[in-house]
Amino acid sequence: MSTRLSKGGRLIDRSAAMEFTFNGKRMKGYRGDSLAAALLANDQMLVGRSFKYHRPRGIVAAGPEEPNALVNLGSGGRLEPNQRVTVTELFDGLEASSQNHWPSLEFDVGVANNYVSRFLPAGFYYKTFIHPRPFWKHVFEPIIRQSAGLGKAPKDRDADRYEQAYAFCDLLVVGGGIAGLQAALVAGKAGARVILLEQHAHWGGRAPVDGDVIDGKPAGQWVDEAVAALSAMANVTLRDRCMAAGVYDHGYVLADEKVADHTPGDGRPKHRLWRIRAGRILTATGAIERPLSFAGNDIPGVMLAASVRDYVVNWAVSPGDRTVVVTNNDDGYRTAIALKEAGLSVPAIVDARANPSGDLVAKARALGLRIEAGRGVAKVKGGKRVTSVAICLQAGEGAVIDEIACDAVAMSGGWSPVVHLWSHCGGKLVWDTVNAHFRPDPARPPLNHDGGALVYAAGSANGAMKAAEALVDATAQAQAAVAALGLKPAAAMAPVAEAVAEGPMEAVWIMPQGAPVELKSKMWLDYQNDVKVSDVQLAAREGYESVEHTKRYTTLGMATDQGKLSNINGLAVLANALNEDIPQVGTTTFRPPYTPVTLGALAGEARGEIFQPLRRTPMHAWHERNGAYFEPVGLWRRPYCFPRTGETHAQAVVREVNNTRSALGLLDASTLGKIIVKGPDAGKFLDMLYTGVMSTLPVGKCRYGLMCNEQGFLSDDGVVARIDEDTWLCHTTSGGADRIHGWMEDWLQCEWWDWKVYTANVTEQYAQVAVVGPNARKVLEKLGGMDVSKEALPFMGWADGTLGGFPCRVYRISFSGELSYEIAVPASHGAAFWEALHTAGAEFGAMPYGTEALHVMRAEKGFIMIGDETDGTVIPQDLNLDWAISKKKADFLGKRGQQRNFLASPDRWKLVGFETLDGSVIPDGSYIIAPGVNANGQGNTQGRVTSTYYSPTLKRGIAMGLLKRGPERMGEVVEFNTVTGATVKARVVDQVFYDKDGEKQNV
Amino acid sequence: MLLIECPYCGVKAEETELSPGYEAHLKRFGPGSTDEEFEAYMFARKNPKGVHFERWRHSYGCGKWFLAARCTATLEVFGTYPAQVGEPPADIIEKIKARRPDWKGYK
Amino acid sequence: MKRYSVFAIAREALRYHTGWERAWRSPEPKKEYDAIIVGAGGHGLATAYYLGKNHGIRNVAIIEKGWLGGGNTGRNTTIIRSNYLQDSSAAIYEKARSLYETMSQDLNYNVMFSPRGVMMLAQTHHEVRGYLRTAHANKLQGVETEFITPQRVKELCPILNIDGPRYPVLGALWQARGGTGRHDAVAWGYARACSDMGMDIIQQCEVKGVRSEGGVVKGVETTKGFIGCKKLGIVVAGHSGQVADMAGFRLPVEAVALQALVSEPIKPCMDIVVMANTVHGYMSQSDKGEMVIGGGTDGFNNYTQRGSFHHIEETLRALIETFPIISRLKMLRQWGGIVDMTGDRSPIISKTPLGNCFINCGWGTGGFKAIPGSGWAMADLMAKGEPGPLAAEFDMWRFKEGRFIDESVAAGVAH
Repeated sequence: MSTRLSKGGRLIDRSAAMEFTFNGKRMKGYRGDSLAAALLANDQMLVGRSFKYHRPRGIVAAGPEEPNALVNLGSGGRLEPNQRVTVTELFDGLEASSQNHWPSLEFDVGVANNYVSRFLPAGFYYKTFIHPRPFWKHVFEPIIRQSAGLGKAPKDRDADRYEQAYAFCDLLVVGGGIAGLQAALVAGKAGARVILLEQHAHWGGRAPVDGDVIDGKPAGQWVDEAVAALSAMANVTLRDRCMAAGVYDHGYVLADEKVADHTPGDGRPKHRLWRIRAGRILTATGAIERPLSFAGNDIPGVMLAASVRDYVVNWAVSPGDRTVVVTNNDDGYRTAIALKEAGLSVPAIVDARANPSGDLVAKARALGLRIEAGRGVAKVKGGKRVTSVAICLQAGEGAVIDEIACDAVAMSGGWSPVVHLWSHCGGKLVWDTVNAHFRPDPARPPLNHDGGALVYAAGSANGAMKAAEALVDATAQAQAAVAALGLKPAAAMAPVAEAVAEGPMEAVWIMPQGAPVELKSKMWLDYQNDVKVSDVQLAAREGYESVEHTKRYTTLGMATDQGKLSNINGLAVLANALNEDIPQVGTTTFRPPYTPVTLGALAGEARGEIFQPLRRTPMHAWHERNGAYFEPVGLWRRPYCFPRTGETHAQAVVREVNNTRSALGLLDASTLGKIIVKGPDAGKFLDMLYTGVMSTLPVGKCRYGLMCNEQGFLSDDGVVARIDEDTWLCHTTSGGADRIHGWMEDWLQCEWWDWKVYTANVTEQYAQVAVVGPNARKVLEKLGGMDVSKEALPFMGWADGTLGGFPCRVYRISFSGELSYEIAVPASHGAAFWEALHTAGAEFGAMPYGTEALHVMRAEKGFIMIGDETDGTVIPQDLNLDWAISKKKADFLGKRGQQRNFLASPDRWKLVGFETLDGSVIPDGSYIIAPGVNANGQGNTQGRVTSTYYSPTLKRGIAMGLLKRGPERMGEVVEFNTVTGATVKARVVDQVFYDKDGEKQNV
Repeated sequence: MLLIECPYCGVKAEETELSPGYEAHLKRFGPGSTDEEFEAYMFARKNPKGVHFERWRHSYGCGKWFLAARCTATLEVFGTYPAQVGEPPADIIEKIKARRPDWKGYK
Repeated sequence: MKRYSVFAIAREALRYHTGWERAWRSPEPKKEYDAIIVGAGGHGLATAYYLGKNHGIRNVAIIEKGWLGGGNTGRNTTIIRSNYLQDSSAAIYEKARSLYETMSQDLNYNVMFSPRGVMMLAQTHHEVRGYLRTAHANKLQGVETEFITPQRVKELCPILNIDGPRYPVLGALWQARGGTGRHDAVAWGYARACSDMGMDIIQQCEVKGVRSEGGVVKGVETTKGFIGCKKLGIVVAGHSGQVADMAGFRLPVEAVALQALVSEPIKPCMDIVVMANTVHGYMSQSDKGEMVIGGGTDGFNNYTQRGSFHHIEETLRALIETFPIISRLKMLRQWGGIVDMTGDRSPIISKTPLGNCFINCGWGTGGFKAIPGSGWAMADLMAKGEPGPLAAEFDMWRFKEGRFIDESVAAGVAH
């Protein structure tokens, strides 16, 4: 069994006992425990089920590489599926439950898959479930979906919040082991701004566990001193519980700080996502131990050797009473020694090498440990827990020599540097034959924006596997990085770690070497996804030869650990099957994040109302107080209508239209774009920008203008006012202000840069109100301050003045067909001015109206709306706006585009009005059908509706739309389609339905 | 996440401060040009896997458009310069040649 | 070729699956072929497959610089739908969708086409009008779609928050027969079928030049030497510009990075595809249980297959607003692909200025769903030398004439 030892445990505080539950069972642990350590201390080795075969799964590792031990953590708004127990800090009251089983962890009917696993090899689903056709959707897929997946789907909204922060530094050091600490010391002393990140809550990495001695001190003491020295440096920032998730181009690094994972509900953000921009990055991310591939290597109790050591030394937990160590290198002996020194039984060390040698081997021998050299594991026996190990000759085919009873197996297949961050931006790897692993190729680093190396790897992340070399390497790499930053590295001597003479490791990819296929089909590579050695060999046999093919065909390395344990072993098996060298086979691509990051942290604080920026007009609060129903327009929210109690939106719109046409309507038009264009060449510039002529517009007058893109398609419209000799004010659509301003600047800066023109987007500097209706003049006269009579301020004129004491600019323009004034006041006066209009207008029947009433009225009047009549493929000529296109100008933006064949064709769909024969409203989006079908069998069309409304004024449906050669076909009856298949007949009419002669607006 | 120096304000701008504007040094063809010239101006793009001359606007900074020489395969930025020029500055051309001896030139 | 079936698996299981043969051969190139397809992605392989199946042209080589299916075919979000607005788009995507329905049986390879339904949310009034327009267009095009109410949206996808404070759901365009497929399997299935017809799939072979005489293509120079051909089809997506350059013409194409990501797997909670274009995000749940999420494109030319983080952030913000329960899931992996964007964001299936040389490119962010239709139309074009009705509008000269096929007009709909 696994249990808590009576003494030791460098990370736990035995005075702080904590209670937690696993599958409802109450358990005890200590502060400082990882959930994995606490579970093992309570003899809970079985923690989950595998993905495909639902095989029992135990804890394998002690760090983020853990593939098996994933739990549902917490509940309700704090349920977190797939939480890795090895990186979960224990807290009092923690609730965890195991995943992917039914009805229970111990008895799971899904394990049936295991018994037929022979029929479910890699990629079996590509070869079956093909017939009968409907079965995939209705039978097979639902079953597969239900049995797949791991953790529970949360049901509630996240109860926690997340924050994001920015940081900048010269050198970002990732990893708080001895290499990272030493690198930070070197860079810090050189004066670089350094940030040092450590994913765990404790510093020092493996060295203190491995018993290294540095500068004559125990590694733990050296680490404490280094952390203290770094903490004292003003230019160095240390951050623990902070995992560097990804390196993005040009030194942008995401790091996920787990602020309150271990103190849930304390009010702090759960995570803080750091976006770090680093001049250079140094990765001291260590290495991950590889499993060995032998039959039964997935049975609970089979663990990574160094992880077994971690549990013993860090948390005083013994994973088993009797642990067989299986290794192909000397490091495995450290575990045997640690277990022995903790008073635990190590029945044997099974070493694949024929002649193990070195200090650690000698020490193990001295401790009286049985070493089985040149041996391998033929088979691990057990079901939900290891019961024994059968050993055989490594060079043989698996004939059992001996069987050793045990309840744990500690395996070490060598170490792979953590090269993820090195690789994210394209850093290349080189195969190291001595250590049988890929390590960063210093000749091919990822590049920074300046073309220099962006990332430096150091320590075991760089293949410097022993403490002594790691410290030397870290010193050298940090000095190189500091020099690349343009700083002078202080002369630094690397600390000296006591050298341990280790014998060479031997690459062992399967155990035993000549294992037959029966054994290979029991050797697990990917524990979570149930990928075995035989599966990779099958993929190779079937021609899935590229490592990407093999990965995707077998799902090797696609589990939540992203192949941290399985990839190299799988590659080696593949290379062997293809008869190629491992480096020729290559690796799959390393992608962010290093370990999974909570989506909420990536999204940050922008949630709910402010998940996107929110733009409010000065009158926004009034609208909210007065029950506006809003619609989003870009990032603005505009009142769609102001429904009264008991009114539907449609009824409110009718009332608003009727009131505006009969009395007085007020519209918040502040969102309308307002751009000032000024300078000696401003007129010339606007003549290029607009299809019409703006240079001839007299001061004091307004003119409607159209803007096209270079393709010739209509992109925006609005009224332009000439303010003075060299100043124009251009109104744009609400959504278009920023785009059009950028468009103007583009031409001024990049094409006509010698033209003397300035532009300013003053959209938010003004609040603007449309005062509309027969009583419009009355309310302005009541406010008083300037002459708004027809004579003083005629239609399409503007004037500056005051109204009711508010400084304002008044435009006599109309988008409704009524007598109308658009009045701009400084934004700070907007809310007060709006209220003043309502107060003064009360006796004239003033009511606010929203965007929908605006749309209905403009449609009644036959005015086009950008985005309704236009869609990016419509030219002004299609809308019969030829009058707004200058024939005289040699050039304007879009002119050349409009001359192309397809745009100049007389057969284009052109704007007309439609009246349904029965008075109904044509459905939005409807097409005008034409006889027959096209070559692809689709029904032919000859036009479509662009705006369709119930007109409260005409009390019938009205519409505008585009029709092939439309204006030539007045009076003709056409048919619109509907989604039910019925059609709606409508007569082609003039698009102006209301006050054709403009008598209302000109009064 | 690109980091590109704005040649106007000297700020090493974050990508999120910038708006991209695709290929630079295009010659505008207006009325009077042939269909082929106009098509080339609007659509034909070099789209190289390698050195690319392109437009950027420091939208959330000084607002200026500027030009950059950047490698689309490595994202290395060789240099940036104001938009008000007819062709890339000589020093940037030299720098590119030094780093990409096989480069065939910007035309 | 041995047929795949449950019986074949049972037979093989008895000998530990040691008797399976290669899914496709790995031949050395011949001196000359009737047709060469450059690019063994989904579109290239489908083109070859229909050349053989529909036109009896089987002396075909498919040349691939890397590994078959290793480009965008294997790095997309696997969405299949055909509810496009413009007639020519709807025609080819609907052809593709209908071919997906029977692809597993046609290829004897389970591509796991899952017609679970695709829902495109309308979250502004403008978007409502845009999707109503698409629904009306689809009705005439013979594409089955439906505009549905928010209540129906909620019934179809209970984890969707339809009452968000900024963009409440006003309705959706629903294509019940849209869905997803297993992307790699599409490439593998076609490759196996092509190989079975005697075609040569030549991987790890890079085209270095295009040889022509008198304005007519003669073959390609490759890293495995010169290979002659009577007809050449260029189907290389993001790298179209490079190969077109070798063939002596320029394309209205820019290559940019498009990103996607997956979460860790969880038990099924969503059995349809949801696209939310106003807030820019789309999501489905794979058969493994991962939430598959599509992000945005960068606005700059890029061949690195990695994009900028801020797109991921924006996408996740939008999706957490739309699906609040995903906040505590974790991002497992993010990646990018190089997409080829044309001047009107619609594809090119066209003859080229070089005789007997044809191009298929510009699928941008919408390529996977088009694969069988694209291959069908391209094979037709290559076999006959003239485009059939499916490809007719997608020629490369439309830009000169201003004859765009603009899908963004509906409601700024991404592919």
